[in-house]
Amino acid sequence: MSRDRKMWAIAAGLVALHAAALFAGFLAPYDFATQNRSLAFVPPPRLRFVDNAGRVRLRPFVYGPRLHQGSFTEYEEDRSREFPLRFFVLGEPYKIFGVWNARLHLFGIDEPGRILLMGSDGFGRDLFSRLLYGSRISLFAGLLAAVLSLGIGLFLGAFSGFYGGWQDDAIMRVSEVFLALPWVYLLLALRAFLPLRLNPAGAFFLLIGVIGFVGWARPARLVRGVVLSARERAFVLAARGFGASGPYLLRRHALPQTFGILLTQAALLVPQYILAEVTLSFLGLGVAEPVPSWGNMLAELQQYHVLASYWWMLLPGFALVPVFLGYYALANLLHERVKFVVP
Amino acid sequence: MQSLTGKLSLIVLCVAACAGSALSADEQPLRTSPEVGRHGGRLVVSQRAEPKTLNPVTAVDSASRDVIRRMSADLIHINRQSFQTEAALAESWTATPDGRSYTLRLRRGLKFSDGKPFDADDVVFSFQVYLDEKVHSPQRDLLVVGEKPIAVTKLDSYTVRFEFSKPYAAAERLFDSVAMLPRHLLEPAYKEGKIAQAWGLSTAAEKMAGMGPFRLKQYVPGERITLERNPYYWKVDQKGQHLPYLDEVTFLFVPSDDAQVLRFQSGESDVISRLSAENYAVLARDQQARGYTLHDLGAGLEYNFLFFNLNDDTAGRLPEVERKQAWFRDIRFRQAVSAALDREAIVRLVFQGRATPLWGPVTPGNRLWVDTALSKPPPSIAHARELLKSAGFSWKGDTLVDGSDRPVEFTIITSASNNQRRQMATIVQEDLRKLGIEVQVVPLEFRAYVDRMMQTHDYDAAIMAIQSGDVDPTSDMNVWISNGGTHVWHLGENKPATPWEVEIDRLMQEQLITLDYKQRKRIFDQMQEIVAEQLPIICLVSPNILVGAKNRLENFRPSILDHYTLSNVEELFWRQK
Repeated sequence: MSRDRKMWAIAAGLVALHAAALFAGFLAPYDFATQNRSLAFVPPPRLRFVDNAGRVRLRPFVYGPRLHQGSFTEYEEDRSREFPLRFFVLGEPYKIFGVWNARLHLFGIDEPGRILLMGSDGFGRDLFSRLLYGSRISLFAGLLAAVLSLGIGLFLGAFSGFYGGWQDDAIMRVSEVFLALPWVYLLLALRAFLPLRLNPAGAFFLLIGVIGFVGWARPARLVRGVVLSARERAFVLAARGFGASGPYLLRRHALPQTFGILLTQAALLVPQYILAEVTLSFLGLGVAEPVPSWGNMLAELQQYHVLASYWWMLLPGFALVPVFLGYYALANLLHERVKFVVP
Repeated sequence: MQSLTGKLSLIVLCVAACAGSALSADEQPLRTSPEVGRHGGRLVVSQRAEPKTLNPVTAVDSASRDVIRRMSADLIHINRQSFQTEAALAESWTATPDGRSYTLRLRRGLKFSDGKPFDADDVVFSFQVYLDEKVHSPQRDLLVVGEKPIAVTKLDSYTVRFEFSKPYAAAERLFDSVAMLPRHLLEPAYKEGKIAQAWGLSTAAEKMAGMGPFRLKQYVPGERITLERNPYYWKVDQKGQHLPYLDEVTFLFVPSDDAQVLRFQSGESDVISRLSAENYAVLARDQQARGYTLHDLGAGLEYNFLFFNLNDDTAGRLPEVERKQAWFRDIRFRQAVSAALDREAIVRLVFQGRATPLWGPVTPGNRLWVDTALSKPPPSIAHARELLKSAGFSWKGDTLVDGSDRPVEFTIITSASNNQRRQMATIVQEDLRKLGIEVQVVPLEFRAYVDRMMQTHDYDAAIMAIQSGDVDPTSDMNVWISNGGTHVWHLGENKPATPWEVEIDRLMQEQLITLDYKQRKRIFDQMQEIVAEQLPIICLVSPNILVGAKNRLENFRPSILDHYTLSNVEELFWRQK
């Protein structure tokens, strides 16, 4: 496959992932907050095609879970009733883009059964639904925060590198302060000043703001370095000799050279920021229960018993893999392409 | 569990003063009657933190106390199985009928762990130190009854009298865990006013001595502290062999609970205390294969509860909180919240069944004092809705609104580092959603959480837990009396804010001076009923005490009182392989 086609394939994959996040309500069989207290820590069911009597079914079905006697968290299949998988079913209400009410779900099974594709968490909530809803927060928070910090970094770095002088000194000293600050403690202090009650949208933008604002220093310093060296290149000096203005030189010659750096940074920052959300959720700065995010779903794994006993709780972690791979591969290909275009 | 309780009922501690063959004629040891063991071996336990000091006078943290208490002994001891007082260094005692004066007779011929004799002078010296205001011992508060400290007088070398300024129901229990100090080692430091600095972690082992079963051998900073057998210990077994059986006890410093579990699982430590329900389930799976047994001791003395901010210093300062307090102060609102909560679900989901639902602050584990007549209604959304309706609330769509049409919503703060309480908050959140109340759970870093609760009072509701120090009602005085330091829902009251708080104050003061158990129990039951009805705190659950030990460890008798696993460390021994 040519490089371009590969790149478009990966980009399409990432877009599909983000679209899945946007349409979480339709794709997920249940609401993210619905607790089902008799179904805590249920493992993923097996999709079956062959029933008890050995007949082959075209429509896959699952058996419901039943607690082992005397246990609170160990289940076996209840073979007395089959729940065939159905598509385009009406179920729990949700909102499309937060505006239109809808009840149609891609798939589901008949009541009282619950299709827990990836098992359930400690409150009996469907992990698959939570993963989809959680990706809304995590994917977009990571992406937007990366855009924010790269934006600030690009602006300050280019300005600092191109114009130099006292502005350069001032910006670089501030960036050093940002790199050296013990952020976790500062964020704790910040939490104490914020109102206790944050609605999920507020928390989402706060997340983006905090992560993006904290992270600008490193890209700014990288951009500055590139711009600084570009400024002294022979063709830039020549263009200057022909009377090119500062903003023109910056736009035409210096900034294009930073794209490679920026893309590499973006590829590193997006996954890093998705993980940063774990820490912030733990400090009470992230989205709060019951709203899921990959960060607070992964935070469950900090408990040894969850890690040791319920393997399906690790699945949100695996969801990160295609996202990371996609971003890294995309960045790589873009990087090569940019290198190829820019002299 | 069945076999454990069976074993426990067989064990009766008798106090015999007859001398055995291995003893000299003038010695009066305490003869215990658990299974007779054999000497030798080493016990390894892990604990959360390093001790900060080895000085019984100034130690405040549990890490220090857990180590110190293996090296020291008290005059009268609380039996960790029966919860009743029993003879220890004092062989017997008498009280005057008015309950104000106690005369204790000490065992004769006992020696400190350095071989020097123990007598009434050491007792008088010890209490002098604990009661000295300049020393700032945390024990002083306990020993000051009715604003006047206990008066301690030596009658002869083996008799000491303690006088209280007024009758005190829990007088005998005061002596538990008050370590007797060696006058010959500590008097010089005390006279120089340096007793608080004495016996730090760098003190040489030979400069320390106590009456406990073990004495210091070696401290390795950041790693472990090792205690060795005290050859002069004052308890013997049925055969007259001197206790303790073990040669050494090592405390490993293992900072996280999960790491402690891993150490125990791999056999690096022999005993584990304070297991969480989840880790219990993890360890239970291979207990046969790995040769250890876990014990579920039932409810401990910890009660987890939800409470609303009823402080009145929020007026004008925190308008948002003040507005919501109009709901919180309405008893029907609190009762509706309590009625909606599914406590059994918390037990099941958060503790995997290893906890006990609570409707009052005294847990069933405290079998001497719990009011078993308290009603335990199952959750009822219908009843909760009725209560809310009668209090002037109504519903708009699914949302509960108050008299002035404002939606009812509030936040619950919890400590971010405590998973169990965070999970409880999530369950409470879902239960209240069924009433149309929107709750937001805010896990805060521990210090920020405590600060909001105790200092700024900027919160709506919180979930916390209190662990009573003893089964006796006096141990939670601070929580219940209106000017108590842990009266969390309304701190710093100069006078009780509500008629029922007046009544609680009166009952708590009355039980303090009532000597008859039955009468006192009636008073305390009344107090429990008021709390269950008025709901200043909405009790949720009490986690079971879960511990484990290797199968080869004999005489292992864990208790729901501190220390869960090592309270009878002198009697533990290793069965031959």
